[in-house]
Amino acid sequence: MVSIDLQGVSKYYGEVTAVRDASLIIPGECLFGLIGPDGAGKTTLFRMITTLLIPDKGDISVNGYDTVKDFKKIRLFTGYMPGRFSLYHDLTVEENLEFYATIFGTTIKEHYRLIEPVYALLEPFKKRLAGNLSGGMKQKLALSCALIHNPKLLVLDEPTTGVDAVSRTEFWDTLKLLKENGMSILVSTPYMDEAARCDRIAMMQEGVIMAENEPRNILESFNRPLFEIRSADRFRLLQALRLMPQVKNAYLFGQSVHITAHSAENDTEWFARSLNDQGVTDAMIKPVTADFEDCFIEAVENYQMNRSRT
Amino acid sequence: MNSRLPIIKVSNLVKKFGNFVANDNLNFEVYEGEIFGFLGANGAGKTTAIRILCGLSFPTSGQIEIAGYNVYTQRELIKKNIGYMSQKFSLYEDLNIRENIRFYAGIYGLPMPVIKRKTEELIDELGLTSIANSLVRDIPLGWRQKVAFSVAIFHDPKIVFLDEPTGGVDPIARRQFWEYIYRASARGITVFVTTHYMDEAEYCERVSIMADGRIESLDTPENLKNNYKAQSMEEVFLKIARK
Repeated sequence: MVSIDLQGVSKYYGEVTAVRDASLIIPGECLFGLIGPDGAGKTTLFRMITTLLIPDKGDISVNGYDTVKDFKKIRLFTGYMPGRFSLYHDLTVEENLEFYATIFGTTIKEHYRLIEPVYALLEPFKKRLAGNLSGGMKQKLALSCALIHNPKLLVLDEPTTGVDAVSRTEFWDTLKLLKENGMSILVSTPYMDEAARCDRIAMMQEGVIMAENEPRNILESFNRPLFEIRSADRFRLLQALRLMPQVKNAYLFGQSVHITAHSAENDTEWFARSLNDQGVTDAMIKPVTADFEDCFIEAVENYQMNRSRT
Repeated sequence: MNSRLPIIKVSNLVKKFGNFVANDNLNFEVYEGEIFGFLGANGAGKTTAIRILCGLSFPTSGQIEIAGYNVYTQRELIKKNIGYMSQKFSLYEDLNIRENIRFYAGIYGLPMPVIKRKTEELIDELGLTSIANSLVRDIPLGWRQKVAFSVAIFHDPKIVFLDEPTGGVDPIARRQFWEYIYRASARGITVFVTTHYMDEAEYCERVSIMADGRIESLDTPENLKNNYKAQSMEEVFLKIARK
């Protein structure tokens, strides 16, 4: 069990603020998800937690150890899988694994049980150079290497980016298993739907942590009426909605368009009538509950509104 | 929809690498102005097929026509009549926005006065006047992808191929990107797109799903969901790719 405590952490690259005043407590025994698009600052935050970058402001402690002063201690119990494949292309699968095991003073055999569910699929290819593996196999090898010293804390930077829907589901099943065995896991992703697989999540955009809670509570905190509208011509529907001043926000959502309204007076009947007046005669409207994408979009809008006010 | 003319015609497309069959007898048509989703798991053979359709790689066998041109004998004509963008490579990071637009327009052989005029029009339309001289590496990914898409259709191609154009892009920018796609489609440009976001599969008029080198299914999202008794395209995808 590894808990992480961030207090007012900022990181700058020249004029760019990669992480802005982040404060966060990540409890141990938790599968914690950091959700946000490319450029949100997720990687920078992870690199500071894993002691690879020093914050410009603020403090981070990992299990009570300071990431600057006690970085060596933290590294001993941390496994890190970077977003970019960073194993040795000119070593074989087995050699890479052996190398990582040796660095941490252990052997492949000692913790084989831990990596078996992932590594078993790779074993037939253990003599192949890592550079010649497919994307999915590289990902499995990187995870095996991050796990080989039986870390107490596993940090995974966008492990599922560019990975298809089937492999993503399997990957999350693996993480669940590791967590049930007592590992603390920190994972980042640009896929909002993966939030549901975490115990707690933080939503991040432009270096700012906009919200942090259990997924359920994030969904429940969406506090304005949300409607789903369907029409054969979604693009036309969207344009019609954008012309209505009563509509706060309208955006594509799978096979429908989602909208939020400024006032509760604008209910399903009101929208049906108004759309009909605009020539959208086949609109089907119903209230729906928000999912993580709705919450993220709302959080970004609120954040931008607050920022432009100040 | 069947009254529309096919602009991509693929029959019996086979591509082998040694003994490995990457594309196993693909048959499909894409119509003019259609938004066509080309889905499949990693390694299903999507990229191989796209490279053939773009005239970058020869098929082992099969008849393929792109915008009326033959993939064996008229590859340069194909390249002139299509646009391409991917998540991995789209713009030069060490050129600014204006330079990127002019560079690509030049490659497609547009005359200089046209390039100059259209470049400024595009920058204005995208609302990027204030940052037109910023290096691409310094602008957010969402904006970058919008510029990349506009550049890919700058020469008014008949078809644009988009290979995972929205990977890693935030939910708001992702939706804006799709509005650009709809706009291009309304202009008559055929859009051939791959994605790992299953909600985006719903934005397509028709979708094909590949597994192990074959097209397992091809239909409208609505029909696919009915046929597979699924609530969402995600469910359809999981059912097909796990078979």
